[in-house]
Amino acid sequence: MSLEPQLTAPPAPISPNKRIWGRRASAVAGFVATVFLTFLGLLAITFFIGRVIPIDPVLAVVGDRATNAVYEAARVQMGLDKPLVVQFFHYVVGVFTGDLGQSVSTGRSVAEDISRFFPATLEMATIGIIIGVVIGVPLGVIAASGQGSWVDQIIRVVGLLGYSMPAFWLGLVGLALFYARLRWVGGPGRLDIFYDGLVSPVTGLILIDSLLAGEFDIFWNAINHLILPASVLGFFSLAYIARMTRSFMLDQLNQEFVTTARVKGVPERVVIWRHAFNPIRVQLITVIGLSYAGLLEGSVMIETVFSWPGIGNYLTTALLNADMNAVLGSTLVIGAVFIFINKISDVLYRVLDPRAR
Amino acid sequence: MSALLSVENLRVSFPTHRGRVEVVKGVSFELGRERLGIVGESGSGKSMTGRSILKLIHKPGLVTADRMEFDGVDLRSQSEKQMRAIRGARISMVMQDPKFSLNPVMTVGEQIAEALVTHEKLPRREVNERILAMLEAVRINDPTRVAGLYPHEVSGGMGQRVMIAMMLIPSPELLIADEPTSALDVSVQAQVLDIIDDLVTTKGMGLILISHDLNLVSRYCDRILVMNSGVVVEECAAGQLERATHPYTRGLLAAMPVLNEQREELPVLDRTQWAGT
Repeated sequence: MSLEPQLTAPPAPISPNKRIWGRRASAVAGFVATVFLTFLGLLAITFFIGRVIPIDPVLAVVGDRATNAVYEAARVQMGLDKPLVVQFFHYVVGVFTGDLGQSVSTGRSVAEDISRFFPATLEMATIGIIIGVVIGVPLGVIAASGQGSWVDQIIRVVGLLGYSMPAFWLGLVGLALFYARLRWVGGPGRLDIFYDGLVSPVTGLILIDSLLAGEFDIFWNAINHLILPASVLGFFSLAYIARMTRSFMLDQLNQEFVTTARVKGVPERVVIWRHAFNPIRVQLITVIGLSYAGLLEGSVMIETVFSWPGIGNYLTTALLNADMNAVLGSTLVIGAVFIFINKISDVLYRVLDPRAR
Repeated sequence: MSALLSVENLRVSFPTHRGRVEVVKGVSFELGRERLGIVGESGSGKSMTGRSILKLIHKPGLVTADRMEFDGVDLRSQSEKQMRAIRGARISMVMQDPKFSLNPVMTVGEQIAEALVTHEKLPRREVNERILAMLEAVRINDPTRVAGLYPHEVSGGMGQRVMIAMMLIPSPELLIADEPTSALDVSVQAQVLDIIDDLVTTKGMGLILISHDLNLVSRYCDRILVMNSGVVVEECAAGQLERATHPYTRGLLAAMPVLNEQREELPVLDRTQWAGT
């Protein structure tokens, strides 16, 4: 055995650049795979739950006085005579080609219905969560930095009220006061009747569609109608977000590194916002993401009170009419929104917290 | 020698449901540009003494003193704003565990820079140069790389050296080191203390080294205060610790094992010999 040093070249070092890109590519692939698998799992669960609950979709179509022959024909036509696995396969294929089936109660395709109802909820929930975050987070921070002071007490009382007041009651009182008496805001519905149907839906979000069409009157009218229900929704998320922010902040303000910042002579404002608030952004994103997803589910109470054509109303009506395609379709969309928001939060964690990278 | 810091009858108390509890009961000492060690067990009030000098004891904690003067400035009458100008810039403190005392979401460089620019408006380039020089002064080999790291990416010993760099970069006149090595491995303890000692001596600063380790304090300090249950029970020069008279100090010294000794068993502190706990 020779003792000479081996003359073969050492393996060529991978350039750090290439390694980073390789890691990014596999991270993206893994991301897509988890989203896909989660979605497939959601699809399976909603489908099978939809099939095992004791609701007869055939009966919902033909009515309970149909003859056996008519009943059977409808059953075959709806594909319900095939084995469950085959039905599931057809459903999955349909979903991936954008076909969620026909809705029995509206007579339109479920996909079309959802594209009509979901933007209404999206618009309201988005404005609602913005109100909740923009007001709730600072309130929580202020309450925590003056723990026990009268400011803290007031914020806690406001939070408690937000928690305990029924949404429909607050909505009704809001309508009675700001619409019926003071005339500050628009009434129920997304627009005044004479504006209805004037802008062609592009995104389905009236705020955006009216801007695209350059119709500022309609834009203002839509805001007028939106502001009250969105504020009611926003008040609830505000209460929750402020409460959580306060408790996260109290946790941070007791940490040693906050004392370190004070030892350095850093002004209190910087201590609070840079040293105590920055580390809690990750936790806040979880809270905000979950509240937002909850709002996107559509609040039936608020939508009913404000005659809002949202997904919550659609889903409830479908459920009461045993309109299974509509129920499954809406559940799927809501589930997809949950997955999407969760994944966005995951990405934000990594941006905001070096420990998660 | 004119005193850098003089404290007389310092008392710190906290309210509990059974009334106010005093954790520091009338501590007095004077400090020049020298190294003073404060030794004591957990709960003896040594950390509270350190923090009350920086007025970092928050409500409902209450600090009173007959005299608390730093370089001619009466600390008791300083407003919070005036204290901020003193903290970091003139009196600084190294804390116990870098795992908790460094901000987890800021890079090491950003945190050191903050300590500097809070007190001095400097151009960005000069700030960077000072940071790198300071990191080198605490014997970090690759300062450019380390400045870009997050606290969870550095070891405990390195974290504590970063902490020292951060606290010394505005060139304070007094450094309080509150158990700076108790969270570190024994092997890096001496290294960290050597760095502190070195910087403090060359810059002619005052140092208060708070520790529960008698040996360590007698090695790195000129003078020692021994505290027990909120009072100073012994004050002596570091070299004369063997001549300590208080039963608590004597008990502590006796409880220290010595190489090649004949004793079968180390004695336990007999707390009935003095009024303390």
